Amino acid sequence: MAIVPNPYKTTGLLGWIDDRFPLTKLWRDHLTEYYAPKNFNAWYYFGSLALLVLVNQLISGIVLAMHFKPSAAEAFGSVEYIMRDVPWGNVIRYMHSTGASAFFIVVYLHMYRGLIYGSFKKPRELIWLFGCLIFLVLMAEAFVGYVLPWGQMSYWGAQVIISLFGTIPVIGPDLVVWIQGDYIPADATLNRFFSLHVVALPFVLVGLVVAHLIALHEVGSNNPDGVEIKKHKDPETHIPLDGIGFHPYYTVKDLVGVAMFLIIFVGVICFAPDGGGYFLEKPNFQEANPLVTPEHITPAWYFGAFYAMLRATPSMFGSALPGVIVMFGAVLIIFFLPWLDRNPVKSIRYKGNLTKIVTLLFAIDFLMLNYLGMQPASVLYTMLSRIGSVYYFLFFFLLLFIHNFEKSKPVPERVTG
Amino acid sequence: MDTGRRRFLTLATTGVGAVGVGAVVWPFLASLRPSEKAKALGAPVTADIGGLEEGQMVTLAWRGKPVWIIKRSQEMIASLTAVKGDLADPESEVDHQPKYAQNETRSVKPEIMVMVGSCTHLGCSPTFRPDHPAPEIAPNWQGGFYCPCHGSKFDLAGRVYRGVPAPTNLVVPPYRFEGDREVVIGEDQAAA
Repeated sequence: MAIVPNPYKTTGLLGWIDDRFPLTKLWRDHLTEYYAPKNFNAWYYFGSLALLVLVNQLISGIVLAMHFKPSAAEAFGSVEYIMRDVPWGNVIRYMHSTGASAFFIVVYLHMYRGLIYGSFKKPRELIWLFGCLIFLVLMAEAFVGYVLPWGQMSYWGAQVIISLFGTIPVIGPDLVVWIQGDYIPADATLNRFFSLHVVALPFVLVGLVVAHLIALHEVGSNNPDGVEIKKHKDPETHIPLDGIGFHPYYTVKDLVGVAMFLIIFVGVICFAPDGGGYFLEKPNFQEANPLVTPEHITPAWYFGAFYAMLRATPSMFGSALPGVIVMFGAVLIIFFLPWLDRNPVKSIRYKGNLTKIVTLLFAIDFLMLNYLGMQPASVLYTMLSRIGSVYYFLFFFLLLFIHNFEKSKPVPERVTG
Repeated sequence: MDTGRRRFLTLATTGVGAVGVGAVVWPFLASLRPSEKAKALGAPVTADIGGLEEGQMVTLAWRGKPVWIIKRSQEMIASLTAVKGDLADPESEVDHQPKYAQNETRSVKPEIMVMVGSCTHLGCSPTFRPDHPAPEIAPNWQGGFYCPCHGSKFDLAGRVYRGVPAPTNLVVPPYRFEGDREVVIGEDQAAA
């Protein structure tokens, strides 16, 4: 179909623009005439909140990059300089560091929403895949960002994560040197991580977010009932009967979510900016020392579950590769969810009790692993981590067939309000 | 229209273009390798161990990594036999030490242990734990090294325990003695 300039026949200045750029069309297609189901609940705040946190990270990050020195000799000092000497520097840094944790909280809840309401199911598989890629890039972005202050946790975190690539057979050791640009994490490593953190990965991240939204707006949003609102349209206007314009209805509703989020977010920045040692870990207030590993090293809390799985896997055949495979596998298996879950019912509301139980257990399991990843490795905790890791993967395979052993409730034709 | 000719030209153009892209990508990827400056920082280091007490450990940096020198007591040397049953590679069969250190004590002189203090799992630096018994580490702990990152355990010769994340023994670097007081790390000793 050929593109018709200015299909809405606007006039004046707007008309002049619309003759040359689809401003009114974009506004209507993606906001006022993007019809979202009318029954969104609180779980649906986390998408727009993720966007808000992304903007927070971009703006605070741009300003931080104006004061930060990306070199092993100066990085730690320049962060302290930002904290002490730059006007409002401490607040801007805390916005960025708290924002990183907030990003993961919001994204994890957003993903769980997708899991329980079947938002990854046909025809939304690509939305899910773009989302998984966003999660993967976000993890990379958070990791390289965490290295930048060049504290003890930065340094040893970099050492451990980069060494993961060293377990790859044959090319591993050379790959590690290539990633680091040196034989140990050093100035070259910090400098290139800075480049990735402020240029390359944010570009990729924003691009993926755009793709995520384009895919969403192409097929339309799912909802807590998991029914397709496009099946019942007004015969005259072709507008879904259960749909309401994203703007103003959901822009205004999302503002409520934004307000609640900001109360907590600003509260943390003002009263507990290090998040009790979880958002900013204590050893990172010491400068990197390549000769001494801190007594108790843990990753940032948002990697806890994946770290617990890495640590729980013993080395096999004289190689630490199995743990690395388990850890990356735990991320990759999420990509395959649309093809692993064979239940014809989308929303958890109408699924049987077995699915409800295994899904709830999965959430508890993830939280438990996350906690264990933050704790020292004791015999009991290692055992719990192993059980937790097995269940993490088992859950995805249970979804293949578990619905055959339970009775689903009838799915309504229209949303239930 | 000669479609055969067109297809040939399309393929040829694509081929030449791909070679061009490869030629442009290579310098970018290769630029990430260690610079000449980074390569130059691999010189040997010398340590004075004259003042080292029995049971004491010193750490020095060689190629940016921690290298430990421990003066082992007779009791510590005896412990190497006591833990043998708990180890994954008690005979040091994996090539992680120079030939002259592939022996019972993994050292040139039994009392002086030299090794790279980087865990063979993911590169953390294990903690020196000579105290024993320490049931929280292992039931039969005779002193050794405990990695705080992932719980790997090594004995006082850097040999790895079974069932821990680290797959192999700690690395013994090339070293030689210069007189009674000095150790040169990074240079092999002359064949005895």
